[in-house]
Amino acid sequence: MAQAISPPEAPKETRTGRYSSDAAGLGKARAGVFVAPALLLVAAFLVFPALWVLYLGLTNYRLTGAAAAEPEFVGLGNLLGAVADPAFWNSTWLTVQFVLGSAVIGQVGLGFTIAWLLRDRRGPLKRLVEGLVILAWILPGAIVSFLWVALLDRDGGTLNALLGLPGFAWLLDHPMLSIIVFNTWRGTAFSMMLYGAALSNVPPSHLESARLAGASSWQQLRDVVFPHIRGHILTNLLLISLWTFNDFTPFLLTAGGPDGKSEVLAVHVYKVALQSGELGHGAAVSTIILLINLVVAVFYLRLLRSRR
Amino acid sequence: MTRFVLGRIGFSTLVAVLLAFFTLPLLWLVTAPFTSNPTYEVTVPDFTWDNFAAVVEHPYALPSLWNSVVLSAGTAALVVAFAALAAYALSRVRLPGRDALLYALLLLSSIITGTAAMVPLFQLAVELNLIDSQFGLILILTGGLLPAAIFMLKDFVDATPQSYEESARVFGASPLQIVRHVVVPLVRPGLATIAVWAVANVWGNFLMPYLLLSDVRKQPAAVITYTLYTEGGQANLSMLSTFGLLYSIPVVLMYLFVSKKYGFRFHGGIKR
Repeated sequence: MAQAISPPEAPKETRTGRYSSDAAGLGKARAGVFVAPALLLVAAFLVFPALWVLYLGLTNYRLTGAAAAEPEFVGLGNLLGAVADPAFWNSTWLTVQFVLGSAVIGQVGLGFTIAWLLRDRRGPLKRLVEGLVILAWILPGAIVSFLWVALLDRDGGTLNALLGLPGFAWLLDHPMLSIIVFNTWRGTAFSMMLYGAALSNVPPSHLESARLAGASSWQQLRDVVFPHIRGHILTNLLLISLWTFNDFTPFLLTAGGPDGKSEVLAVHVYKVALQSGELGHGAAVSTIILLINLVVAVFYLRLLRSRR
Repeated sequence: MTRFVLGRIGFSTLVAVLLAFFTLPLLWLVTAPFTSNPTYEVTVPDFTWDNFAAVVEHPYALPSLWNSVVLSAGTAALVVAFAALAAYALSRVRLPGRDALLYALLLLSSIITGTAAMVPLFQLAVELNLIDSQFGLILILTGGLLPAAIFMLKDFVDATPQSYEESARVFGASPLQIVRHVVVPLVRPGLATIAVWAVANVWGNFLMPYLLLSDVRKQPAAVITYTLYTEGGQANLSMLSTFGLLYSIPVVLMYLFVSKKYGFRFHGGIKR
């Protein structure tokens, strides 16, 4: 992008004094003022809620009723209550299936496959495939979830029409499978682009010599490609696991139902806290989600650091 | 030779399956809006404009698109302005505790999600009287996006040379003038990236407005879509498909614009 400034040919004074990166002479005070508004908003709407969720989890706060006016401190009661709740474990198990199925197997597998298939290609076919995959990723969640409701509809749905299975209720009979395939479709773009960038960094000469030595495609992948992109794979796995784990979109497809059969943790919090009004209980579940996020994020950041 | 042919066949089959998988769900969105009385079935449209007329007449449909514009534009403007100031200061001035702050910001942005924070955010909004306030929602969304935005922008600022700023200073420009007239033009691609990223984020966000806006006149398109198909249990398909198409077009245009102008690729940070 061309810039519209021509720098004045200033006689470059050799300024005495320590080298400083503060070229505009901002100074610490003004720098503080520059940072303040952002930090204020982050503190108010990100840090404070996180701390508050820890506190709320220790009370019997409710949305309505007596406990809404004067919440009592119940200590670890909620946390223990949440953990003792079979619905929580059901949700946790469903979330594990959701993350493993749609993120680890679905998005990583499919994303890598597409990137690998299209690695040496240029032209309209590549643009078409990439464009469609990215389209699934950028369309608003409310729309794509409805498109899938239409696709999977038991009577007029396109899928049943194609498979010749009129009356098969995918969302009712196989809610988890539905949201797993849906989320794979929805999120593959990120992995595809990440692996596309990673594969372009694999030196072609290495692949060439492996081919000349008679390595099969699978051997080339295993011995040349994977060692090169191991860091990308880890990054990708951690990020999409984190995102999928916190994803609320399944709610739009199945609303957690039927009978909680697709109630992943994100939906579970919503149902407990805001539909049943048990804010304290919901906050305790949120605390657990925060802790899991923290573990994954710290692991990811350590990984980034060790690679620098 | 047979291996080569088999390879070609395998490749074509795989690509065809992929194309089908990614196209199938989208078909309905491009056919139903132009079909009179659409069902869930994908049929050849009879090219009617009646559905669009119905959307225009719906009391909340078009206003909700406008609400989405207000929310995304407002959030993007705040995110860009605050992130730019903070990123510049953090990049150029060694504030005490800067590295720890950056690390904390990065950590925060990835662990505190709408899911984990929905209860306290709802409470906070009630306490601060921000329920049903679009401005309040903009502030909350901005707070959520800022850490990642600061991080991405700092990469951009770090990569710009300081010589322009030094020259401007030699000519007696004040720090604020330097930031406005020298730094901002230099990092404009970075600002544009952040703005597009923020708009895309807010445009599709369902959870926060769903939680915090109960007045149907203030709700953005994401929430209105949902009300269109749960109202009375029966989905209004002609309405929904047409509205969905209108709601999707802006993001598609934005994607085309961005990929044409910058190439839709990863910037710094994420890649390694």
